[in-house]
Amino acid sequence: MLSRRIIPCLDVAGGRVVKGTRFRNLLDAGDPVALAARYAREGADELAFLDIAATPGGAAMAADLLARVARHIFIPLTAGGGVRSVADARRLLRSGADKVAVNTAAVRRPQLIRELSREFGAQAVVLAIDARRRPEHGGWSVFTHAGHQDAGLDALAWAAEGAALGAGEILLTSMDADGVQTGFDVALVRAVARATRVPIIASGGAGTPAHFAGVLAPGGADAALAASIFHQGRCGIGVLKRHLAAGGLPMRLVE
Amino acid sequence: MTALVSYGGGNLRSLRNALLHLGVASRAVATPGGLEQAERIILPGVGHFGAMMRALDARGLRAPLCRRIRAGVPFLGICLGFQALFDSSAEAPGERGLGIVAGHVGGLSSAPRLPHMGWNHITPLTPARLLNGIPAPLGFYFAHSYAVPAGSASAALCRYGSDFTAVFEAGNCAGVQFHPEKSGPAGLRLLANFLEWKATC
Repeated sequence: MLSRRIIPCLDVAGGRVVKGTRFRNLLDAGDPVALAARYAREGADELAFLDIAATPGGAAMAADLLARVARHIFIPLTAGGGVRSVADARRLLRSGADKVAVNTAAVRRPQLIRELSREFGAQAVVLAIDARRRPEHGGWSVFTHAGHQDAGLDALAWAAEGAALGAGEILLTSMDADGVQTGFDVALVRAVARATRVPIIASGGAGTPAHFAGVLAPGGADAALAASIFHQGRCGIGVLKRHLAAGGLPMRLVE
Repeated sequence: MTALVSYGGGNLRSLRNALLHLGVASRAVATPGGLEQAERIILPGVGHFGAMMRALDARGLRAPLCRRIRAGVPFLGICLGFQALFDSSAEAPGERGLGIVAGHVGGLSSAPRLPHMGWNHITPLTPARLLNGIPAPLGFYFAHSYAVPAGSASAALCRYGSDFTAVFEAGNCAGVQFHPEKSGPAGLRLLANFLEWKATC
């Protein structure tokens, strides 16, 4: 049976792993290569490696850092941050990434998704969507530029369009929940899962093992991505996965 | 020398890193001459069946690849590189595969979500040399939407909606639908097993 995936996320800026609250107030959380090795050892199913400085600063992705991570870690790596073209994606894939995540550039030019999918296959293209609840009329809006700009898109419609254009997965981050550890936005995840047929990676809000169990239940996400809970050492990946397996979810357990 | 067939699309870095970790140097090969010297050949693959076959043709690699595999040089196809062994694929109707193994690569029918992404278990049907010494449960990383149907040469099956071939072995010609270079210690052991294979010619 296909296992649900636990994906620690390494938000990187200036060569260090950082983590903020609601996309602001970034704090140093460690050396990316050492953290990646630790998470792989503990049973992480994949790693996400996002250069969060790339979009606002327009900086290129730190491909050498990715290459150092990829040299010793033999689980899938997703890389993102500032990917604007097939050439940007190729640089990350050649550095050792298995998948590239696109966000702002895909909103600006949706055909980028199709170009990447044709070039590298749908399985290599992750559409990252940062969504925020609309307070008045319900539903969720898409934000870009690391959460700084309202894109004027509906999250469900954009997810469906992205999958139709060739994205092989959707990395769905709730900006309301991100960094505050009060639980995933399960309603958002379930709505996007219904609106598409591609696997969904839920992100934002993980604070306890019960949060993971809730979002990974049938009809929800195929994978859950989190940062703070792992970086702060409040919940080990092995402990988390055993907890989820005991609750009946299919998990890959390592010794 | 272990040759990694390089046809432009595939990401060789992960595979090369995994082989280096096992203490084995490999060479990216993009010419017929490189294939002639290889003691072992790995055909990695991500992307599109049709694009891959056209890229192999554009580099003149189809005929030498077929010749070397038929001659008994140990061969491992990974993911799309495994699918390339067959006659054709539902992903690219009309496009000719290598035709080393008779059969058609199909879509993953009745799959809940596509692509099939993530770690899944495989069930061995016969003792496979590639799986020697890998402890159960056998879990590997998959990322694909098309698959080889279960058949007589299936050494192990995986289930995602329906059963498909996860491991194939016929003499020195082998293929895996998952990515051993991304499957942690189990995948590294599978690659190490393959690296012990010797040519039969």
